[in-house]
Amino acid sequence: MSMPARTRTVAVAALLGLTALSGCSLVGGDSSDADRADQVVLVTHESFTLPDELIASFEEESGQELVVRASNDAGALATKLALSADNPSGDVAFGIDNTFASRVVDAGVFAPYTAELPVSAERYALADGGDLLAPVDQSSVCLNVDTAWFAERELGAPATFEDLTKPAYKDLTAVSSASTSSPGMAFLLATRAAFGQRWDDYWTDLLDNGLKIVDGWTEAYYGEFTAGGEKGTRPVVLSYDSSPAFTVKDGKTTTAALLDTCFRQVEYAGVLKGAKNPEGAQELVEFLLSPLVQRELPDSMYVRPVSGEADLPDDWAAFAPEPQKVWEVEPAEIAAKREKWLAGGVDRRRHPLTERPPG
Amino acid sequence: MVLRRLVGLTALAAGPLVVLTLFFLLPVAGMVGRGFVVDGSFDPVGVLEVLGRPRVARVLGFTLASATAGTVLSLLLGLPSAYVLSRLDLPARRVVRAVLLVPFVLPTIVVGVAFRDVLGEGGPLGFLGWEQGPVAVVLGLAFFNAAVVIRTVGAAWESLDPRPGEAAAALGASPFQVLTTVTWPALRGSVVSAASVVFLFCATSFGVVLTLGGVRWATVETEIYLLTTSLFDLRAAAALSVLQLVVVIALLVLTARFRAPAAPVARRTSAPRRVRLTDAPALAVTALTLAFVALPIVTLVQGSLRVDGAWSLDNYRALTGRGSDRALLVPVTEALASSLRTAVDATWMALSLGLLLAVVVTRRSHSAAERRVRSGLDAVFMLPLGVSAVTLGFGLLVTLDSGPLDLRDSPLLVPIAQALVALPLVVRTLVPVLGGIDDRQRQAAASLGAGAWRTWLTVEVPVVWKPLLAASGFAFAASLGEFGATSFLARDEAPTLPIVIFRLLGHPGEMNYGMALAASVVLAATTSLVMLAVEQLRVPSLGSV
Repeated sequence: MSMPARTRTVAVAALLGLTALSGCSLVGGDSSDADRADQVVLVTHESFTLPDELIASFEEESGQELVVRASNDAGALATKLALSADNPSGDVAFGIDNTFASRVVDAGVFAPYTAELPVSAERYALADGGDLLAPVDQSSVCLNVDTAWFAERELGAPATFEDLTKPAYKDLTAVSSASTSSPGMAFLLATRAAFGQRWDDYWTDLLDNGLKIVDGWTEAYYGEFTAGGEKGTRPVVLSYDSSPAFTVKDGKTTTAALLDTCFRQVEYAGVLKGAKNPEGAQELVEFLLSPLVQRELPDSMYVRPVSGEADLPDDWAAFAPEPQKVWEVEPAEIAAKREKWLAGGVDRRRHPLTERPPG
Repeated sequence: MVLRRLVGLTALAAGPLVVLTLFFLLPVAGMVGRGFVVDGSFDPVGVLEVLGRPRVARVLGFTLASATAGTVLSLLLGLPSAYVLSRLDLPARRVVRAVLLVPFVLPTIVVGVAFRDVLGEGGPLGFLGWEQGPVAVVLGLAFFNAAVVIRTVGAAWESLDPRPGEAAAALGASPFQVLTTVTWPALRGSVVSAASVVFLFCATSFGVVLTLGGVRWATVETEIYLLTTSLFDLRAAAALSVLQLVVVIALLVLTARFRAPAAPVARRTSAPRRVRLTDAPALAVTALTLAFVALPIVTLVQGSLRVDGAWSLDNYRALTGRGSDRALLVPVTEALASSLRTAVDATWMALSLGLLLAVVVTRRSHSAAERRVRSGLDAVFMLPLGVSAVTLGFGLLVTLDSGPLDLRDSPLLVPIAQALVALPLVVRTLVPVLGGIDDRQRQAAASLGAGAWRTWLTVEVPVVWKPLLAASGFAFAASLGEFGATSFLARDEAPTLPIVIFRLLGHPGEMNYGMALAASVVLAATTSLVMLAVEQLRVPSLGSV
């Protein structure tokens, strides 16, 4: 099948155009140490983002260029920092949360630096490592219910962990797995704190009552939740306390967070030990705690500020109340028992490598 | 003499070898080494002890079983389609070939959601109960990998001389006899090549297993991820990485035995022929494959056009902005540009390395030692496909971290990592074809006074031209959709489109979900357009340049 010469010419031109357009990024930036003095490098995870104008204001004020190196998720970030503890690839790390804090604190990743915390942010500080890491934001993982779905069927929505094991709510709940998602891990920890010794029995009941476990938040919320995707079939899902602010239709929200089922995740920032630009690093940590950034957090990163003075967006204030009491587990205990709990909880059929050969 | 040839061989392969050593062998060795060293002393016993756990056997068993099933299904769907799309004169052949590469760039999450729509509790096939588990995983693997078979085998099939088959038919052989006695021996090399690549892809697939397998089914790859990032158990992760390497090497040794000397290829491809009645079964399978690939894509397009339960283009309009509630770092349009930039870089790297390698591997050996060196080279460059992206990603961080080698944050790292992933695809597409060139042609050209370059231009280039284009499209698509390694490497410049889609999917708000779907459609459409342009260049013959 030969083709007219013109088509070929067009194709060649198009491909050449594409190559020219995309250019060759080989000539792109070279991040050698030459100009690191007036650069401050932030190592973080994929979800970090701040408006350009905020970053510009930081650069103007401090006279340094902010380089953001974002990759992957909080767990991978913690592993990465621990692996390169004696030779960090940046000056500041942001995005370590309370479930991974022990790993990086034990590995000696951070240099001591006590930042000036905003009003009422003290309560989020770590007991072990408070002099290394400053809390920047917090959000709570809670079960969410599709209130419209329950109202339609004239069925009361569940409110507590125990409710989920009742026959009336069989096959109605979807959560994400603790071994592959951070909300899943938070849910596991919340049930652990709530049930203590009876925890194993609770999980057995939960699974017997048709709990569906998928691998990530996205799959649970958009794939399984009746108020998430168009094809979801389950009206109870694991999400965040702020999620109801995103399901607002005609001035009302169609979902609600169950405030008795929450586990709080706090994200921290700290100066890396061995940073090439420690002064710039400290300025950046201060900047993350400043009212400017604190006010911006909900819109940019879907998390709550740690500062008691920062205003929340209207939808958050109206539809996403914060839990008064959350379930808590100490970071050191999480580090020590993560493996054991994973093997006994959500993923009881998917043990991590903890099984010993018999005998 | 022998020595001089070996030195020449090594010199040609030196470039690719340096790249491979620096960006693959060293990092993997570094990361595995971390697991072997406990409290500053070398302790292999602990690693061996990990391998003795019953769970490891289960995980390895499921990995091998699902990869085998995925490979078989990809071959069953891919081989008839390769025949139909490379030998028959069908309308819109090029378009179909271009569309078949789309799965390569689709984010696994999006495909997973599409598969669930069909197989899930509320879907049309929900009654089968296949929503999560082995069946869904195998279907997903075939969805992503059928294109590999179609392209690799199709490229070889196109440059196959049709005359021996016609001669056999004229002598009274049935179509089936022609297939088994003439065509199959000629194609065996490329089929084995394609199968080995698909198997490696399947055995190391991460997203598909997580999204479609549910949480019960762990493979070696998902297990390494869990151990490294969630549990920080480097020793067990190293043990599994070693296990993975052993399996891959065993597979490569096995396939090297089955890779027959390639069949002679024609200097020019034959014109596609008219469809006959005997092609009906192959056409039926091709239609099935197309439907299978199209179903998730159609679901995706449909989803991207829905806003609040009504048809609308709003999701697409939003792509130039920053998402509802500013979910995006950069507008999707900008991310697409940086994706294309990276992919262009990765493609030329993979092509130049791949072509060098293919030439080195396929030259006739003059001694047993030389032959061993050549096939060893061939195998070594397949390794990046068979090793966990997690091990490689962290390995790059722990090894490339000092002095002139501090490349942790180099903008080159992403295209190089993508090129290494695409390289085996390029090599496996070119080797069967280059290997099929009759050495006497080169000798004839040389005896007529052509120099090395001239010989190469007149003998090899015309034959290798089409496969090279096929391979470039392949590498481009693989790079465009690459997520695993890319998400591990820190980037200071703009994120690529798959990363942006992943980010949109990870945030509440219906608009963000709709935008993620729309962005996936844009990614798929861009891929198809680039592939189509590449298809247009597949000139019938380059004759004499």
